[in-house]
Amino acid sequence: MNLYELSIGEAQNLLKKKEISSKELTKAVLDRIESLEDKIGAYITVTRDTAIKDAENSDERILKGDISPLTGIPLSIKDLICTKGIKTTCASKILESFVPPYDATVMGKLKQQGAVIVGKTNMDEFAMGSSTEHSYFKTTHNPWDKTRIPGGSSGGSAASVAANMCLGSLGSDTGGSIRQPASHCGVVGLKPTYGRVSRFGLVAFASSLDQIGPITKNVYDTAILMNAISGYDSNDSTSVPKDVPDYTLSCKQEGLKGIVVGIPKEYQSIEGIDKDVYSNIQKAIKKIENLGATLREVALPHTSYAVAVYYIIAPAEASSNLARYDGVKYGYRDFDKTTLMEMYKSTRDKGLGAEVKRRIIIGTYALSSGYYDAYYKKASQVRTLIVNDFKEAFKYCNVILSPVAPTPAFKIGEKIDDPLTMYLSDIFTLSANLSGIPAISVPCGFSSQNLPIGLQIMGNYFDEETILKVAYNFEKC
Amino acid sequence: MKITKQEVLYVAHLSRLNIDETSIDKFSEQIGKILEYIDTLNTVDTKDIKETSHAIFLTNAFREDVESPHLNRDASLLNAPQEEDGNFVVPKVIG
Repeated sequence: MNLYELSIGEAQNLLKKKEISSKELTKAVLDRIESLEDKIGAYITVTRDTAIKDAENSDERILKGDISPLTGIPLSIKDLICTKGIKTTCASKILESFVPPYDATVMGKLKQQGAVIVGKTNMDEFAMGSSTEHSYFKTTHNPWDKTRIPGGSSGGSAASVAANMCLGSLGSDTGGSIRQPASHCGVVGLKPTYGRVSRFGLVAFASSLDQIGPITKNVYDTAILMNAISGYDSNDSTSVPKDVPDYTLSCKQEGLKGIVVGIPKEYQSIEGIDKDVYSNIQKAIKKIENLGATLREVALPHTSYAVAVYYIIAPAEASSNLARYDGVKYGYRDFDKTTLMEMYKSTRDKGLGAEVKRRIIIGTYALSSGYYDAYYKKASQVRTLIVNDFKEAFKYCNVILSPVAPTPAFKIGEKIDDPLTMYLSDIFTLSANLSGIPAISVPCGFSSQNLPIGLQIMGNYFDEETILKVAYNFEKC
Repeated sequence: MKITKQEVLYVAHLSRLNIDETSIDKFSEQIGKILEYIDTLNTVDTKDIKETSHAIFLTNAFREDVESPHLNRDASLLNAPQEEDGNFVVPKVIG
């Protein structure tokens, strides 16, 4: 077996037993990146030199017996999580040369354990997109079929994990940006409960929806990364002061006896579900029932409004968050303009891509005088109804199952000129962000064209343990 | 049309964005279609429904007002497109 094929859990065992060194492992991963990057396009920045140095330091730590679950493990990081001294571009021209002077809280936690960062991964610009086609730098190709998108916005992270160009990755999820690419690339991705993981140092897109989470080769690795990154942070006033359990224990519980699985009846009537997706999800539900879980129909009556609610709230928050890119404090500036107003407008025009501009316009419009009540207020009220749907449903079940995406990965270029169609493909993932609940994507089969399909397991607030338990048992069976 | 070209240009000004003249028609049409789709929300009865701005119940995160170290000035200016004597430089504001 090649070292780069190892999971985090397997590598950890070999490192602990000193059968391999972090330097060997890291070099194997870096060589793998070098040989595949032209074809996959997963990385915006590869940090070869610092990675090898970090690996050497981790090896010294291990020699001294000072080993944590992530010591010496090569990871990739989505390029919107601030890494001190390493460029963080958000796949945007406007941040092309931005080098953060500080680390995101999650980076501090990874570094404390001695994780090795091999690079920063490609994404849709400012995480706005479902295909990673909206990157200023490059297109990422799905490792399963290079003519197809890897999903998005954390497409580089998911592709890097699927192609063994790292052992695991951190992405971010605002409307499905961890789960949908994980599903399309055949890997595991978890969006934690809002407030579970600190967002300090995560470049803000839509602050009431954004969460950082792991993308990994298996469920156990997700649990390891969740142990590392979860917890309260006084630097993020939306992080929740709640104890962090040992999530790996969820992967030690055999069987699903006593678990009630909710099947939303509204999901049966959503249009445009691919037949292979449908049949694989049905098979997955059956398997979960065979593991001892009880099935129960639940109602999520406001499901069909999630896309409309999301595409007001997320752009509205984005229009405010992205006001900071003004050519003054950091990033690109158009130096040809001689007045401040011209400089602002031209800098933002040249520095931001079409999808980002589209969302800034929609968001500003929805918040502008005369339209606020009709759009933003209305969407925030319907959001309450969506939240209430989930609170009601979780009175009767422990987890809710659904597809992650209505179709397997589509072709590169297929939807690029039709933003609304692209938005509609987010139907299954958006609700977890609007309601704040955790949700995981776990591989559940392949389409007739051999494209991976993901099962979504949504859980109650701060009950990542149960979704990990269900996902782990399903993965094993 | 749900949103006119003039409205798009006005909102672009509010957002401090130049919009390329050649793409304005396509842009307005795409945004118009999205807004039309969003109008489906009008079929939902939201009378007396409170708005949700955060899905998790959160209260203000207060802390003691104690001095603590922060990024120093040099580090804060490191990414500035233009700086001088420890300040950000911008084009002339008043003519």
